[in-house]
Amino acid sequence: MPTDIQAPSIAYLPLLPMLLVFGAATLGVLVEGFVPSAHRRITQVAVAVVGLAAALGQVIYLASENTSRLVVESAVVIDGPTLFLQGTLCVLGIGSILLLSETRLDASGGHVVSQAANLPGSREDLALAESTRVQTEVYPLAMFALGGMLLFPASNNLLLMFVALEVLSLPLYLMAGLARRRRLLSQEAALKYFLLGAFASAFFLYGVALLYGYAGSVDLGDIFTATSQTGKSDSLLFLGIAMLGVGLLFKVGAVPFQAWTPDVYQGSPTPVTALMAACTKVAAFGALMRVFYVAFGTAKWDWRPMMWAVAILTMVVGAVLAVTQTDVKRMLAYSSVAHTGFILVGVIALNRQGLSGTLFYLLTYGLTTLASFAIVSLVRDSSGEATHLAQWAGLGKRSPLVAGSFAFLLFALAGIPLTSGFMAKFAVFRAASQGGATALVVVGVIASAVTAFFYARVVVLMFFQEPSVDGPTVAVPSAYTAVTIAVGIAFTAVLGVVPQPVLDLADKAGFFLR
Amino acid sequence: MTPWLTILGIVPLLGALLISILPTGRARLAKQVALGTSLVVLVLTIVMCAQFDPSSGDRFQFAQSYDWIRTFGVHYAVGVDGIALVLIALIAVLVPVVLLASWDDVESLSDGADAPAASRKSVKSFFALLLVLETMMIGVFAATDVFLFYVFFEAMLIPMYFLIGSYGGPKRSYAAVKFLLYSLFGGLLMLAAVIGLYVESAKVGTGTFSFEALTKLELSHATQGWLFLGFFIAFAIKAPLFPFHTWLPDAGAEAPTGNAILLVGILDKVGTFGFLRYCLPLFPWAAREFAPYVIALSVIGIIYGALLAMGQKDLKRLVSYTSVAHFGYIGLGCFAFTTQAGTGAVLYMVNHGLSTGALFMVIGFLINRGKSRLVGDYSGIAKAAPKLGALFFVSGLSALALPGLSTFVSEFLVLVGSFQRYPAATIIATIGIVLAALYILLAYQRTMQGPLSAVHATMKDLNVREVAALAPLIALMLFLGFYPKPVTDIVNPAVKVTMQEVGAHDPAPTDVATTAESK
Repeated sequence: MPTDIQAPSIAYLPLLPMLLVFGAATLGVLVEGFVPSAHRRITQVAVAVVGLAAALGQVIYLASENTSRLVVESAVVIDGPTLFLQGTLCVLGIGSILLLSETRLDASGGHVVSQAANLPGSREDLALAESTRVQTEVYPLAMFALGGMLLFPASNNLLLMFVALEVLSLPLYLMAGLARRRRLLSQEAALKYFLLGAFASAFFLYGVALLYGYAGSVDLGDIFTATSQTGKSDSLLFLGIAMLGVGLLFKVGAVPFQAWTPDVYQGSPTPVTALMAACTKVAAFGALMRVFYVAFGTAKWDWRPMMWAVAILTMVVGAVLAVTQTDVKRMLAYSSVAHTGFILVGVIALNRQGLSGTLFYLLTYGLTTLASFAIVSLVRDSSGEATHLAQWAGLGKRSPLVAGSFAFLLFALAGIPLTSGFMAKFAVFRAASQGGATALVVVGVIASAVTAFFYARVVVLMFFQEPSVDGPTVAVPSAYTAVTIAVGIAFTAVLGVVPQPVLDLADKAGFFLR
Repeated sequence: MTPWLTILGIVPLLGALLISILPTGRARLAKQVALGTSLVVLVLTIVMCAQFDPSSGDRFQFAQSYDWIRTFGVHYAVGVDGIALVLIALIAVLVPVVLLASWDDVESLSDGADAPAASRKSVKSFFALLLVLETMMIGVFAATDVFLFYVFFEAMLIPMYFLIGSYGGPKRSYAAVKFLLYSLFGGLLMLAAVIGLYVESAKVGTGTFSFEALTKLELSHATQGWLFLGFFIAFAIKAPLFPFHTWLPDAGAEAPTGNAILLVGILDKVGTFGFLRYCLPLFPWAAREFAPYVIALSVIGIIYGALLAMGQKDLKRLVSYTSVAHFGYIGLGCFAFTTQAGTGAVLYMVNHGLSTGALFMVIGFLINRGKSRLVGDYSGIAKAAPKLGALFFVSGLSALALPGLSTFVSEFLVLVGSFQRYPAATIIATIGIVLAALYILLAYQRTMQGPLSAVHATMKDLNVREVAALAPLIALMLFLGFYPKPVTDIVNPAVKVTMQEVGAHDPAPTDVATTAESK
């Protein structure tokens, strides 16, 4: 019997943060076409920052209204965790955009190259290194990625989640290849990221298909209902969870899906690395938690052992491999793998403390990481950033302020008390311990001790060794980078002493809405 | 009520802030600010000691408690019992002394013949870091919330790490990293145990880190065992107890003299303090169960440390190894579970701080003059520098616990108290006294006696500042050697409470204060 097709009713207000970011991204595309090149960069920066700031304002407004709800035919869910993550992403996004806008460090302009498609090493490509031509398409790209990230943890529907995944990934693949210096490394990073990312997306999609076969729906709530009924095919469910898990664990950079991290982190322009390390991790963990807490909440006995193994491997492999690194960006990449492991400990706790602890961890880690990569971009020699660790020797003598700031951030990453990193680590370990995962906590503290080793080694290099004569110089940044570093450090210090307000926020985020 | 402990903790921090905003050229002013600040702390501590009432029923005095992190159930809670108070007093005495002793050390580091201008060390940061360290050290003894204790316990490592790494000897960065990693590793194991305690307390009510609430927990034996180990290993590394001691000789030898004094004088005491404050009252069953093993390790440490001290060619390593032996005595006293031994152990912590501090200082003065740390490079120094020789001798006698000097009282109390429970172990430990006489007197004889070599004939004797730095330590050693009652009176009640909590009854109850006096 034919019935009228009901048009879905859309509540625009809760979607506004995402709409604002996507709107700013689209506007950015128009700016490319219509604004004369002399004013283009500043216009792009303004559009992006204003868009993100407006989105942040709207997130705060929605959070103050305190009404969790499903919108767009329950495909998008606006609940406490969504809003907390979106707020985090807006703050970190503004930081990343500011880092991208830095032009004073490199003699010939910003961090990104103007024609990324040239063959590396060709005459045209070599000329680009000196060219002062400005490339501003990176701003709309970054905004599209951020828009996808905002949607990713808010998706209550696996298909929508896949769309969000692609929207956030595709611009990142491109941006990885945009480094102005060391073009070959950058293009390699882009290709590697794209190939492996495409595989991961395929796994994700395959998992969605299997779960549809299992539950007859791609809605997370329906899958949850299906898991609590009997008489379904468990093998479809298990395969589906595994496939979906591969896709999501790839994005967070967990072992054994971490192989791309060091190469991509090293090859990408440093502000893009910062964006990936801070924002992508937040969004991907949000989606991971939503899927596993909401859809597979009752099936936890089936996936928890797997996640245990992944978390242990991630902490151990990340910490141990970081020890052997000689490049500061690769070291930070492996350290980010180890941190993924620590965050997974909070995810596995599967209780309220675990969720709020993880949210708190993501925010603090994002801010600390952003500032760390910003400082990495300051240390330069004639060929660009000096990322080899040996070049950092004696930095504390040349530039005590920068070296001191970096040491402080490293101590935060190592989880020394009186920094936000310690509070975050404590939050997730406490939650896991209360959730009965004591063994994970023990592995976690031992892995922390290993991570402390390589962070301390950098501090030794900077402060206890004599500077070499032809060592790198520390460039004086413009306000863009300086503000990001200052804010990152301020939060790292303040949240290490008075974390209560932010812990309250994370706690108020409550639980995922089904 | 005056928040004494908070003020005490904040004063050095303010001093450090003040120093850090001074213009770079004003090195001398920075030193004066540092010394002034530490003297203010000393005065405040003396006032506190006078107000402390050992006979009051409260476990912690000068107590304060405020919510800090509600979500975790963490309080900013401070307070002192007798044990913590005397250790804070030790800090207050040692810091100004150390500042005075290392007055010109930083400049002498930078003025080396081959030191380029770029490697000039900052005087300001040296003194600022020392004051930050003082804040952390006071905090670690004053905390009555396990979380707060942990925060200070770990944060304390950072200023020390920079002090060793930036201002130490030739192998300083190796020593600094080794020190940091050993302590951090122990600390992280303790973190797991701290979280475990919290989880246990959350099972029977709201989770808390408050020390007094945690002592009331009824823990199962298995839980006690694991949590005890978490705390114990951290403290055993810190103390350091054999076989966790290997970082100390490196750190002690490479650290600048002033920091070496604070390192073995105060930082290591956090470990033995932790035994008494945390391991015993929180996990009484486990403490009783593990005590024989700890006693065994302590006795091995006494003999092993002494033997290795004898074999050292490097003077600073020698003193570090003597500390390993001395910490064996303290460990023995803590885990013998008699009031006498416990009081002896606390007294030992104070006296060891004074005597090893003095010994490190004299040796530091000697090394500043002779530019070598090796025993073999010195001979007959007492002829050229009689004051140095005399003070070396007195400090050495104190380290070997000669009657009349304060260390004797504590060593005697530990041995008498332990003998009642572990006669065999105590008898073996007594051999350590003989060995101590050997390593100290041999070192003295080789460096100070014998023919004076031409190189050292013109060695300057101690100047007024150096004598002034040593004098308070020697005076206190003599005073407490003859009249330890002020300290034992403060310490005794706290030790008694601890022993009650661990469920140990003295074999033959005696009043320690009178025993100590009657000797």
